[in-house]
Amino acid sequence: MAIQQSEPGMMAPYQILDTEGNLVGEMPDLSPERLLFLYRSMQLGRAYSNKIIALQRQGRATTFGSLGGQEATAVGLAAPMQPQDWLATSYREIASLFVRGVPLPTVTYSFRGFTHPDWPAESRCLPIQIVIGTQMLHAVGLAMAAKIAGDPVVAVGVCGDGATSEGDFNEALNFAGVFQAPVVLVVQNNGWAISVPRHRQSAVATLAARGAGFGVPSRLVDGNDILAVYAVMQQAIENARAGHGPMLVETLTYRIGAHTTADDPTRYRDAAEVEAWRAKDPIVRFQRFLVQRNLLDEEQDRRIVEEVEEEVNEAVRIAEAMDPPAPDGFFDWMFAELSPRLQEQRADLLRFVDRDRQGGR
Amino acid sequence: MQMTMIEALNNALALELERDERVVVLGQDIGINGGVFRVTEHLQKKFGEKRVFDTPLSESAIIGSATGMSIYGLRPVAEIQFAGFLFVCMNQLVSQAARIRFRSGGAFTCPMVVRAPYGGGVRTPELHSDSLEGVFLQTPGLKVVVPATPPDAKGLLAAAIADPDPVLFLENIKLYRSFRQDTPEDHYLIPLGKAKTLQEGTDVSIFAYGAMVQVALEGARQAQQELGASIEIIDLRTVWPLDEEAIVASVEKTGRAIVVHEAPRAGGVGAEVTAIINEHCLYSLLKPVERVTGYDTPYPVPGQEDYYLPSPAKVLAAIRRAMEP
Repeated sequence: MAIQQSEPGMMAPYQILDTEGNLVGEMPDLSPERLLFLYRSMQLGRAYSNKIIALQRQGRATTFGSLGGQEATAVGLAAPMQPQDWLATSYREIASLFVRGVPLPTVTYSFRGFTHPDWPAESRCLPIQIVIGTQMLHAVGLAMAAKIAGDPVVAVGVCGDGATSEGDFNEALNFAGVFQAPVVLVVQNNGWAISVPRHRQSAVATLAARGAGFGVPSRLVDGNDILAVYAVMQQAIENARAGHGPMLVETLTYRIGAHTTADDPTRYRDAAEVEAWRAKDPIVRFQRFLVQRNLLDEEQDRRIVEEVEEEVNEAVRIAEAMDPPAPDGFFDWMFAELSPRLQEQRADLLRFVDRDRQGGR
Repeated sequence: MQMTMIEALNNALALELERDERVVVLGQDIGINGGVFRVTEHLQKKFGEKRVFDTPLSESAIIGSATGMSIYGLRPVAEIQFAGFLFVCMNQLVSQAARIRFRSGGAFTCPMVVRAPYGGGVRTPELHSDSLEGVFLQTPGLKVVVPATPPDAKGLLAAAIADPDPVLFLENIKLYRSFRQDTPEDHYLIPLGKAKTLQEGTDVSIFAYGAMVQVALEGARQAQQELGASIEIIDLRTVWPLDEEAIVASVEKTGRAIVVHEAPRAGGVGAEVTAIINEHCLYSLLKPVERVTGYDTPYPVPGQEDYYLPSPAKVLAAIRRAMEP
């Protein structure tokens, strides 16, 4: 008896706009204002990334992971979410946080090396996750809780292609499937995990195909096509909200910049590859579409770019004008109540701070 | 009512599920099977599969998803089938659950309890008897509780569930069914972070927790008979953070201290108790602090575990050394 070979990896990425910005798929139901909001959010993400990288070079910001080239995925995954939904991201989806209403100065203050005292819990965005892949389980847990509570709430978890090799990614998919959790798990496949290319993470043809092994339906999307990412995410989110369970979404995109400000990608990848992806720039593609549709002209475009740059500069001004936290600030959020031992350690630190201020005696 | 520790824990979970609809219980084999030790027996039948549910065999996902649930506003009580398997979920427990409040500047919290059976003397396979509490002394953001009696187990578990921060609740396997004690049937709390003096004395202070409380009591009884020594016994109950006030007050009175635990000696609770004594009451000491502990080896195979574990004889020998002129 012949064994039927299935080829789950052989699917074409879903596209609505081709690289020239031509409509090649079904247009999602979005008003002109909403389309321009998406465009502006992508420009904001790029301007923010460029700014923080520049600040890091000047010694005014800590290590920062570049967002450039991935704006369509970051914006497109967050924009269809409802206010009551939850988002758990890595460090490369800061533009998603902005779409969800996390204030720019709050994030910027964290890149000064401080914890902001007022992270907006009501945004239902978890702070960015540094340990690879772990946030996917938090998203699944949030979704399981929503289901237990009977709330019409969906959680979205996002990780990169490297994270799919972690146990937690696989365990998250498995829990999502077994509990039919209202969760959308997104793999932002940007081709590189620092210096290790995508094909060294898994022998499977597409990461979307990983869903099949867990009974989780999946979609493969052109991650540089904002409309495609938006449409697929909206469908996945509302599908989950309607009680039809989880979905895995792989977005194919590319990290144009370095992994972080501490990385030099010329050591491990060809300039030609980067240039080929530059030609597929998600912002340029969407800009062409909007211009074709008479939704954007040169003047308006220039104004948007100026506006987002000013918004970023203003955020930096606000964040830099904020006082640093008190030297003992890192004791603030240990427990609801500080143990006597921690109170003692805190007092001990403050005695040293006082001595330092008095000239180190 | 006379209860074993199993019954007291089951009673606590039932009461908390009843009292607070945010409480959910999850883990491997905790549903229809009632847990491999039957701590969760009948809970699924009584409270439904939505609130008491089996998970895939996946420790990291149990802790990671419970973290998400607690951020959402539930109060998950997650069971890790044996404490030795906590190593599988260290990342989710140590770098995630314990840091949610810290990382988010207090915007999000993680009020979850992780229950895990631990402890030796019951002839288990490898990694079913290990005592891991020492590992978690260097886990800022996590509390570690180890009850020694049925009524303590109930009151401490209720307090752990009510606590706004994550708590690791370690249950000694040997104590599960070894004796019954009068345990109130109604809800009550025993505060975390407070030790309990079981027996007052003037010559030597013994600090113990979990199953080692019984070992310390027996060693002390023999010392009283043979040496006429007056031994003070303190059940630490919460091993992180330690009740420093109780430790210091006792040593200032007796001038001699012994710490007893099953876990390896290096860098553990005994080392920390010794350091606390050094920092706060070194000059009250008449003799060096003694540690009666497991050895710095893996927990041995069943045929040899009795040599590894602290025993009344080892405690008595330590008391003798402490009492030498």
